[in-house]
Amino acid sequence: MNNIEEETKAWELRLYIAGQTLKSVTAINNLKKYCEEHLKDQYSIEVIDLLVSPQLAEGDQIFAIPTLVRRVPEPIRKIIGDLSNKEKVLVGLNIIPAV
Amino acid sequence: MTITANTPPSSLPEFSKTPTGITGLDEITGGGLPTGRPTLICGQAGCGKTLMSIEFIVNGATLYNEPGVFMAFEERAEELALNVSSLGFDLASLQKENKIKIDHVHIQRTEIEETGEYDLEGLFIRLGHAIDSIGAKRVVLDTIENLFSSLINESILRSEIRRLFHWLKDKGVTAIITGEKGEGLLTRHGLEEYVSDCVILLDNRVNNQITTRLLRIVKYRGSVHGTNEYPFLIDEDGISVLPVTSLKLEKDISKKRVSSGVSSLDQMLGGSGFYEGSSILVSGTSGTGKTSIAGCFTYGACSRGEKCLYFAFEEGHKQIIRNMESIGMDLQQFVDNGLLQFHASRPTIYGLEMHLVSIHKAILKFKPSTIVLDPITNLTTVGSMSEVKSMLIRLIDFLQSQNITVMFTALTYNTVSDTLADEGISSLVDAWIQVKDIEFNGERNRGLYVMKSRGMKHSNQVREFLITDHGLDLVDVYIGPDGILTGSAREAHHLHEKTGEALQGYQMERKDREILRKRLVLESKIASMNTEFESVEEELNRIYKEEELKKGILDQNRKELTRIRHQSNQGSKQAEGETNNE
Repeated sequence: MNNIEEETKAWELRLYIAGQTLKSVTAINNLKKYCEEHLKDQYSIEVIDLLVSPQLAEGDQIFAIPTLVRRVPEPIRKIIGDLSNKEKVLVGLNIIPAV
Repeated sequence: MTITANTPPSSLPEFSKTPTGITGLDEITGGGLPTGRPTLICGQAGCGKTLMSIEFIVNGATLYNEPGVFMAFEERAEELALNVSSLGFDLASLQKENKIKIDHVHIQRTEIEETGEYDLEGLFIRLGHAIDSIGAKRVVLDTIENLFSSLINESILRSEIRRLFHWLKDKGVTAIITGEKGEGLLTRHGLEEYVSDCVILLDNRVNNQITTRLLRIVKYRGSVHGTNEYPFLIDEDGISVLPVTSLKLEKDISKKRVSSGVSSLDQMLGGSGFYEGSSILVSGTSGTGKTSIAGCFTYGACSRGEKCLYFAFEEGHKQIIRNMESIGMDLQQFVDNGLLQFHASRPTIYGLEMHLVSIHKAILKFKPSTIVLDPITNLTTVGSMSEVKSMLIRLIDFLQSQNITVMFTALTYNTVSDTLADEGISSLVDAWIQVKDIEFNGERNRGLYVMKSRGMKHSNQVREFLITDHGLDLVDVYIGPDGILTGSAREAHHLHEKTGEALQGYQMERKDREILRKRLVLESKIASMNTEFESVEEELNRIYKEEELKKGILDQNRKELTRIRHQSNQGSKQAEGETNNE
């Protein structure tokens, strides 16, 4: 379920989830949708299930689930929640400038 | 999990408690924090919440073999390690040994955006992973309220925190959750709402510019606990809490006596000094030698090979040692061989309660049989007399329970000489010795009174108290026509008596000599009379002898004559003629 793309992309995103909960699935779907719409071929998404690898939670300072981490471009940004508010996500990821 | 040794055995299922290993706290809580349940520790900033919780974790790891997880929301692991390294806690190596785990949850508000539904499962997973990786039995969350400032959606947060506490209970870990004190609430965000098992409130009170740290157990479900505010101390050994008031007066008492260090004072106290484990008050105006009495008492105790702790609130220990040396008492030797320990501090260093805590600590550490507090009246600079009194009550209680003899010195003022009695301190102590200045004849001398001494015969007399090069001494005062005589007046009186004695002695001698002379005269008289008598006797004897001789000769002559006459009678007339011639 990890969609890791090898080559370095302009947008490196990491999504932390904990099992296939409703919130997690919604978040994954939302994220994929936004990325396809706005960042086609410029992004990579890494989905990390903390139930599988809990030791990874500390590194990115994860406390809420789901959490989307934008690793590249810097600075690191985090968006928590099921990403249902499209505008907030796009602003948060600096895809569109804040109004 | 862990059941402390002092829980009484009973057939009912016991309420399991996890000892904190923090001095005194386990006593107040009757064994520690509720095992497998969360405990809330709340208080203002800087009141010691973090320290108390880290001590809980470290003690668990080092003393009780219970690994612990410390989840820090405020400080980084390195900062935390540095902060407690001064207490001798080596967090880094404990982490390496997998005895503790520190997880710093860092939330940067600026880099976080919230969109839609979320939960704190990430935190749960992190905590769960940390707990499982070292098999932790203890957990600290310090302080989870930081989440409130990081996250906007409070309703999610609240329900998640509620879930977290349930989850902690399910995990069976003994947890401490810290929380900052809020306005009108125990914590700023009402965490006490979720933690219902045990709540401990820490306080930091400033009174007269002196800070006192206080601890109170607000609630402890399912267990009896001390309800008072207990002072606590943070020093190089971490936190010590002091459960100080014992309400009962049922203590074992000793009949053993201990010397006061001054043999003449012992004489005033029924001949053998104070009772062991009693409290003695030495009061007097300044310069009356209170510290010297205390020093003597110390010297006496140490000379018997007993341990003694000396709390000095006025002089440094070197000063005391030097001063005692000047009256011939070398206290330094006892400091060197470890029998004597000085704790010299200014009273203003901290509040009364803190003094009490530090005194307790020092006593428990050193285990002396005798302690000296010199002088207690200096403590009034940090509290009122009644506060000092209440502190002393608790101190005396504690000392009696440990069977420690204590000597207090107290300064009285000339103008209000009976302050102590008024304030009632004298009623607390078992023996009260007062040193008073007696001003007379242009000099000031010290008079010593035994005002009271419970349970023993004691002298009702005033003695003059002398500080000499060889220690202290008490001498009887002279009662003269103008009252009691002390100092040079006493000396003068003494000399006067001596003169009298010398004169009388001389007279007696003269009489003796006269008798001797008379005797010699009479004896020589007797001798001469004897000689006289002898000569008279000899004379008489001579006469008597002569008489005797004469008589013998006469007898002989007569016999001769008779014989001759007899011859003539037998012969002739011629013979008759011869007889006529005779």
